[in-house]
Amino acid sequence: MIQIDQLTKVFTMGENEIRALDNVSFSIDKGEMLALMGPSGSGKSTLMSIVGCLDVPTSGSYVLDGSPVEHMTDTQLADVRNKKIGFVFQQFNLLARTSALENVLLPLGYTGLGGRASKEKALKALAMVGLQDRIDHHPSELSGGQQQRVAIARALVNDPAIVLADEPTGALDSKTGAEIIGLFQSLHQDFGQTVILVTHDPFIARHTDRIIRLADGKIVSDAPNPTPLKAGTPRPNGED
Amino acid sequence: MLISQNFRTAFRGLTANKLRSALTILGIVIGVAAVVALMAIGNGATSSITSSITSNGTNLISVSAARSRPNAGTPAQFSVVTYDDYTALKAGLSNVSGIAPAYQSSYDVKQDNQSLRVQVVGATDDYFTIHPSTTVELGRNLNASDNSALNRVAVIGSQTSSDLFQGLSPINKDIKINGVNFKVVGVLKQQDSSGFQNPNDTVIIPLETGYTKLFGANAIHDGKRILSSVTLSASSAEAVDKVMSQADTIMRRQHKLLPTDTADYNVSSQSQILSTLSTVTTTLTIFLGAIAGISLLVGGIGIMNIMLVSVTERTREIGLRKAVGARKDHILLQFLIETITLSVIGGVIGILLGAGIAATFTALGLITATVSASSVLMSFFFAVAIGVFFGLYPAFRAANLHPMEALRYE
Repeated sequence: MIQIDQLTKVFTMGENEIRALDNVSFSIDKGEMLALMGPSGSGKSTLMSIVGCLDVPTSGSYVLDGSPVEHMTDTQLADVRNKKIGFVFQQFNLLARTSALENVLLPLGYTGLGGRASKEKALKALAMVGLQDRIDHHPSELSGGQQQRVAIARALVNDPAIVLADEPTGALDSKTGAEIIGLFQSLHQDFGQTVILVTHDPFIARHTDRIIRLADGKIVSDAPNPTPLKAGTPRPNGED
Repeated sequence: MLISQNFRTAFRGLTANKLRSALTILGIVIGVAAVVALMAIGNGATSSITSSITSNGTNLISVSAARSRPNAGTPAQFSVVTYDDYTALKAGLSNVSGIAPAYQSSYDVKQDNQSLRVQVVGATDDYFTIHPSTTVELGRNLNASDNSALNRVAVIGSQTSSDLFQGLSPINKDIKINGVNFKVVGVLKQQDSSGFQNPNDTVIIPLETGYTKLFGANAIHDGKRILSSVTLSASSAEAVDKVMSQADTIMRRQHKLLPTDTADYNVSSQSQILSTLSTVTTTLTIFLGAIAGISLLVGGIGIMNIMLVSVTERTREIGLRKAVGARKDHILLQFLIETITLSVIGGVIGILLGAGIAATFTALGLITATVSASSVLMSFFFAVAIGVFFGLYPAFRAANLHPMEALRYE
């Protein structure tokens, strides 16, 4: 699904060069659920924006779902983001004064899909996250957990190759956070959805099958997690 | 992205902040309304002046006295056009279908206990042939024998008639002009005002009668009878220039001017006056339009200002739209449609307001303001063009935001 080989990203700040990513290589198979971990400044966000096709690498290669994306133009990248990637953000990033249904419809507007077909897809995605009764509610009328579910439905609506979730529980209380993690786990188990959780929280990371740790732009460990936690497991004392 | 969807998004964006959108539109509304209303008033003024001049016929040429100043520094001398000048012109000109001398001055006119100050015109019967819009509605015209017999008769304007006689028939009634009795023989048909004086408030008497019974010493200069003007009617529009130069030659000879002297009289044609006036009014209309255009420009800058604020406020929304697959041109179009929507709404309201102002002016009788299709179309397209022009920069700013940075914008 994803093959990343010797990926390097260099930012130039005035005279200084910052190597945000330094020779990173890994691959992800279809249907995996994994966590991308690391403290801030580790290159985690840079890696996420390249994997999410929001940015291009300075060097190295990135093949997403069979097509190399490292030299794509802005327009081609927009198309890839639209069809192959579903984003979920910490702050939900829903459009205010817009119903849940219309928020979910947003990516389909850029796909160029007709009205009836796109509405069906959006309703299906909202049903998958359990919000079929809330389609006409505006974000201000929904709880944080419900808002994040709308955002997940929006990520799923175009049937993406990967769902990329950036700290999806960061703005939620632990109970609601657990529900959201549970939702990702069921998408992974029941629908074979490929999910990448980007997080700094080791407890959240332990809910996935595989954990990649980054530090200083390099991968420091990439190991399977044979016993992923079930969503709703209480957070052990002392672990933050 | 469907265009209808874009419009829905634009409307949602604009209604999200109604007061701000309304204030932004106001600039365009005022600009467009000013262009439409001022152009309408300018056009109205032009057409009213033009029609009042052409109603008198465009082949008319007027010879009248002018102030002359033979040497710089000496006081201006008042020269006159005399009755002798008229006879010389009458004898010497060709290609002329009519020539009418006139002396006019204002006098108190009384009937019973009504008294008015009215412009009294001493004229011959030619006056009526040369001014086709001056026709008699009741009674009769002055005729040649009125002049030769020194009849004390008068033809009065419709306004004068109603002021003096209050709706009663004035025919064969006496009026006193400066204490002299005259018999009313005719009443003129009502005419459109030409703007400078009211043509309906007038008394016309035979010129010869005037000289002998009314005007007295005022109408005599160096022992000669003087005239206010001599009006000539060229036989055709093409002959106007030729008649003017002939009249000039005769007047120079009559006034014994050296070739180096400046003329102490004016020879002017209606078409000359018309073209001068229409140049003036056209310039005025353009000038008014330009001032209004500036306010439209200021309105456009207001739109740009608001759109820049809007782009900054909605940075995260732009980032999100890009993350879910919006291309640059999608974002560009979204913001451009917002500014165009603003300026189109402003343009439509402005056109209605401008037409309303023009209609109010017309209803109040100040001027017949005519809203022309061209000024409506022009200001509408100008408003849309301003929307596009001033919307492009903020839209480009939005379209070129980096998606990742836009998403992280606080």
